[in-house]
Amino acid sequence: MISLLFNLLKAFVIGGSICAVGEALVLKTKLTPARILVGYILLGVLLSAVGLYGPLVEFAGAGATIPLTGFGHALTTGVKRAVQEIGLLGAFTGGLTSTAAGIAAAVFFGALTALLFKPHPKE
Amino acid sequence: MKRIGRHTILLPNRPCILSGAAIAGKKEGEGPLGSSFDQIIGDDLFGEETWEKAESRFQYTAADLAIRKAGLTHEQIDAALGGDLLDQIMAASLAVRELHTPFIGLYGACSTMAESLCLAAMLVDGGYLHNAVCTASSHFCTAERQYRFPLEYGSQRPPTAQWTVTGAGSAVVSLQAHSSAICRCTHVTLGQIVDMAVKDANNMGAAMAPAAADTLHRHLTDTGRTPTDYDLIITGDLGRVGHDLLLMLMQERGMPLDPSRYIDCGLELFSPEQDVHAGGSGCGCSAVTLCGHIFEQFRQGKLHRALFMATGALLSPTSSQQGDTIPGIAHAIALEAAP
Amino acid sequence: MFDKKAKPGAARQRQLDRYAQLVDRLSPRSRLGQGLLRAFLCGGTICAIGQVFLELGQRYLDMTVATSITFGSMMIVFMTAVLTGVGVFDKIGQYGGAGAFVPISGFANAMVSPAMEFRREGLVLGLGAKLFTIAGPVLVWGISASVIVGILYTFFPW
Repeated sequence: MISLLFNLLKAFVIGGSICAVGEALVLKTKLTPARILVGYILLGVLLSAVGLYGPLVEFAGAGATIPLTGFGHALTTGVKRAVQEIGLLGAFTGGLTSTAAGIAAAVFFGALTALLFKPHPKE
Repeated sequence: MKRIGRHTILLPNRPCILSGAAIAGKKEGEGPLGSSFDQIIGDDLFGEETWEKAESRFQYTAADLAIRKAGLTHEQIDAALGGDLLDQIMAASLAVRELHTPFIGLYGACSTMAESLCLAAMLVDGGYLHNAVCTASSHFCTAERQYRFPLEYGSQRPPTAQWTVTGAGSAVVSLQAHSSAICRCTHVTLGQIVDMAVKDANNMGAAMAPAAADTLHRHLTDTGRTPTDYDLIITGDLGRVGHDLLLMLMQERGMPLDPSRYIDCGLELFSPEQDVHAGGSGCGCSAVTLCGHIFEQFRQGKLHRALFMATGALLSPTSSQQGDTIPGIAHAIALEAAP
Repeated sequence: MFDKKAKPGAARQRQLDRYAQLVDRLSPRSRLGQGLLRAFLCGGTICAIGQVFLELGQRYLDMTVATSITFGSMMIVFMTAVLTGVGVFDKIGQYGGAGAFVPISGFANAMVSPAMEFRREGLVLGLGAKLFTIAGPVLVWGISASVIVGILYTFFPW
């Protein structure tokens, strides 16, 4: 029970901090959210490639995997594993394989939601 | 030549504005000017299938009501002049389709209401038209998806951002003097593009204020008037930032504005509690304020001479993405109480 | 302006700089402290909810760590889709800023919201095509970068 609460706290603090850095970029630079997200995913790919992101995931769990840097990490770990298994071809199959569930879920739920709901006017 | 000074057009026949109609959305109706609107439409779709069609219906309803309030029929309208913010100004085109009258489609971004009034007043003064109807509209939902993000996208608006007004205004300009006329048009000063290298699409007030200062300066120089010759100077939708900038810019030009006799439609339309950040914007902003609140003031005899100057930020999503600066424009028309 | 080499004259440049300063002075600013705090709270909460699913998967559903991570991401995507559909997520985004768009919830919201918005332009060119308008760049550059990493890894495994 204590370990569960501690895990939640770690995810909260690390995840929250990664987001706060993003907010600082929004408020202090002219970067748009779209550019920041692209930057985050590239950063995740890079940090994971040099082996720095893996330990963060082990420490913070969802605090490291839920932010978009975690998406970049998933791409890189997938690519590395696939390259080990099938060589150069793995550079092209690994990334999407390891992120397929997230992407397919977003596409499917996105399409489904759009069929079920209408946009609401803002007050 | 019916001109004075370098750029100001004189209207010796002083065309009348016979009537005005303002149709506004729910949020606008809840604002301080709510009571001056002819109709407040609670449904953002106005009974249509899409927001684009709804905006068109706003514009048609305003035009139709203005024509009827002028005591005229559609057949007596010689031309319609109007526009909106949509790609290819579809809201105006679809609205005017129902009027069966010659149509001059205009794009002046948020300055459209002033642009259409200026042109209509000139055409009527020149005797080319007897009666012209001017329209302009905007809709929060159509503008948002075109210029920014989908409605359900979770994004933060910076404090300099403005809120696109849902609404349409329409006015009938006529050569006939009529006892019930609201006011007369006396001078027109058309805007020129002024670009002070503002790139931030979330700070349009800053992009438009120099254009407003430029047009106001030329108007006052040409007519030999001072700001105090007007009971009220009304800018379109400069918002909080642009309003403050214009005061500074006119001060620097040696033609200081009296803050108690200068209003901005973007600031008048919403109360601070309505959380619209820097104020309202969109073609509908100056259109509903003029056709509702300002015309009401003329009717009540509270205004004798006013300068209506709507401002436009002539950016497109493409020009923004390509990193271009925002060209600003402001068109001014002087209005006097009809004797 | 159509001559790329021509710079604005010195007087014009001074005028532009002065105006930029004036705009800067009169434009209200977002409150940094409040923004950071809200992003921290919002992002932290979303990640903690994700962690709940990780723990659930590992402790009770016999998932491996890797599977539970995928499970957690999918659940956040699913919850975001529902919250976007019922019109709540845009308010979370307005409050949390980066706290809402940096987690995978932002990715999901960026796909669901244009799909809903452009539904009226049809199922193929509206919903289908616009699904990726905001989220597309993330996939394009993320996948491209991972392919480069994979190629490098093939020849220089580290």
